[in-house]
Amino acid sequence: MLGETEPLDAAPLEPQTGGAAAIPRRGRSRYSILTRRDKTVMALMVGVPTFLCVTLIWLPTIASIGLSFTNWRGITPLTDQNLVGLKNYVTLFTTYPFFWPAVIHNVLWLVVFVFIATPIGIFLAVLLDREMRGTRIYQSVFFVPVVLSLAIVGFIWEQIYTSQGFLNSVLGHTSSSTAIDFLGNANLNIWAVLVAASWRHVGYVMVLYLAGLKSVDPTLREAAAIDGANARQIFFRVVFPVMRPINIVVVVITVIESLRAFDIAYIINRGKNGLELLSILITNNSISEANLLGFGSAIAVVLLLVSLVPIVTFLVRTMGRDTV
Amino acid sequence: MSEIATPAVQVSVAPAGRIRWQRVVLHSVLISFSLVWLFPILWTLFSALRPYGDVIADGAVSWPAHLSLDNFATAWTVASLPKYFVNTLIVAIPAVLITLWVSSMLAYVFARFSFRLNLFLLMMFTAGNLLPPQVIIVPLYRIYLALPLSRLLSDNGLVYDSYFGIILIHIVFQTGFCTFVLSNYMKTISRELTEAALVDGASLWTTYRRVILPLARPALAALATLLFTFIYNDFFWALILMKTGDKRPITSALNNFQGSFFTDQNVLAAMSFIVALPTILVYLVLSKQFVRGLTLGSTKG
Repeated sequence: MLGETEPLDAAPLEPQTGGAAAIPRRGRSRYSILTRRDKTVMALMVGVPTFLCVTLIWLPTIASIGLSFTNWRGITPLTDQNLVGLKNYVTLFTTYPFFWPAVIHNVLWLVVFVFIATPIGIFLAVLLDREMRGTRIYQSVFFVPVVLSLAIVGFIWEQIYTSQGFLNSVLGHTSSSTAIDFLGNANLNIWAVLVAASWRHVGYVMVLYLAGLKSVDPTLREAAAIDGANARQIFFRVVFPVMRPINIVVVVITVIESLRAFDIAYIINRGKNGLELLSILITNNSISEANLLGFGSAIAVVLLLVSLVPIVTFLVRTMGRDTV
Repeated sequence: MSEIATPAVQVSVAPAGRIRWQRVVLHSVLISFSLVWLFPILWTLFSALRPYGDVIADGAVSWPAHLSLDNFATAWTVASLPKYFVNTLIVAIPAVLITLWVSSMLAYVFARFSFRLNLFLLMMFTAGNLLPPQVIIVPLYRIYLALPLSRLLSDNGLVYDSYFGIILIHIVFQTGFCTFVLSNYMKTISRELTEAALVDGASLWTTYRRVILPLARPALAALATLLFTFIYNDFFWALILMKTGDKRPITSALNNFQGSFFTDQNVLAAMSFIVALPTILVYLVLSKQFVRGLTLGSTKG
């Protein structure tokens, strides 16, 4: 009896031990080899990119937070007069009509990616992770959309959705007056876009997951099979738990992709009329259509705070227990 | 005992007929998925090969009366695609090379010398890479407008609207991802190699140049493929930080073609197919590199 369940339960513990942590640290001795010139070279190697990263990514991040408390329009110099406290946030949460639709669309994006596209990608990876004729060809087919930008994905799917596109033709709507406006109808277009975006995301998840599946110790499965587990049990009770690190990476990437969504909605209708997204509201308000820099920054801060959740998760999971 | 033994026997003597039947189901499922997956691209190609007039007369789903490459020729010239492809190369080539150079140096230091700052810096670079670009765009746009740049590199004397600016932001954004991948890769290279070189009196630079870079070549090749695709596919940076439509790389230039640029849906299809083709070809030719680049960063838990 014990022999039957033990390998299944013990399996998840396996990959947690060992790895990089085992390498002994000898910090100081490694430095003594370096000459002064080496240390200068090293400082340059690290210093220049760090300076650029700080000035072009982290300073703007902090500046976004600062600007969000102002009503600056970027025309006159920024002074104390521009400070408006939380006014931008109050407007955003209460009167601005596009904020909540954008939040709903971002959440919808996330839900569809997490509960539909990601499981399909995992399902395909599991099907393809075996000795089988044609597995390479199948993998290539599912991966092709991943190499395309979401902007071009938008153009490709327009061929399916427009009034003279494939769908309307198949549904028998031949004249443009009776055609269903998949991309123009504010209730339909987000779904049309999500189908197209999922088409791309599935392949991405499949490839990440396949790489993870290949790294699973085959003896675990053999042991489970000998103990009488069927294919479904082996996956859900042995492989899936062992894949925990990959599962986290996949979830993090999925969340980040949903927050970054921009190109496809912008290409289709500039993120209007049913396709509002937080990322597009930021640019439309502060750069492409209006110059409400403070207000746009407040939206950016909301997006920043939400993004920090997956980013911190990713950093803690991949680097936390590691010695660099 | 019997409870353990019975299922084991079942596994070893599963009837051959059942396995074959399972294979048929498996391939049917995979083939159906493949057809659905390829369909949008094949449909775009099909539309691109047909004249608009035929689609109006016969409907989109109909047997093609005429097939030709005319739409491709029209798209190529009307949309001035060659110009935008050149713009893409002007941005992508330096951006890929410099990113790999910078991140391989960072990764070398991060992977080999454990000073306390390393973990923090690596986190800073990686986190920067993961941020949605829109979070920083408002201040970054103002910085680009305020930063002067030599007229040799910029038409208007600003970083804004210059290739330099676009290349720079790609380097800064992609360095995080590449450093993360490369430092993981370099940790797998034996420490003795670099330390022996240093003890023998080689400088840090020589060790990087002669020991680490050659050994990291597979990872660099994988990342080069991936980076080229990322940069080719960038829509956002050049859309916002490049004002002149004619100077935009191809993917951002797609924005110029929206709306009424093409009245002819089938020429639009041809244009879409042409723009999609380069990354598909890169992937088909270098698929191993491509997938390795993508998974190097994620499989290490």
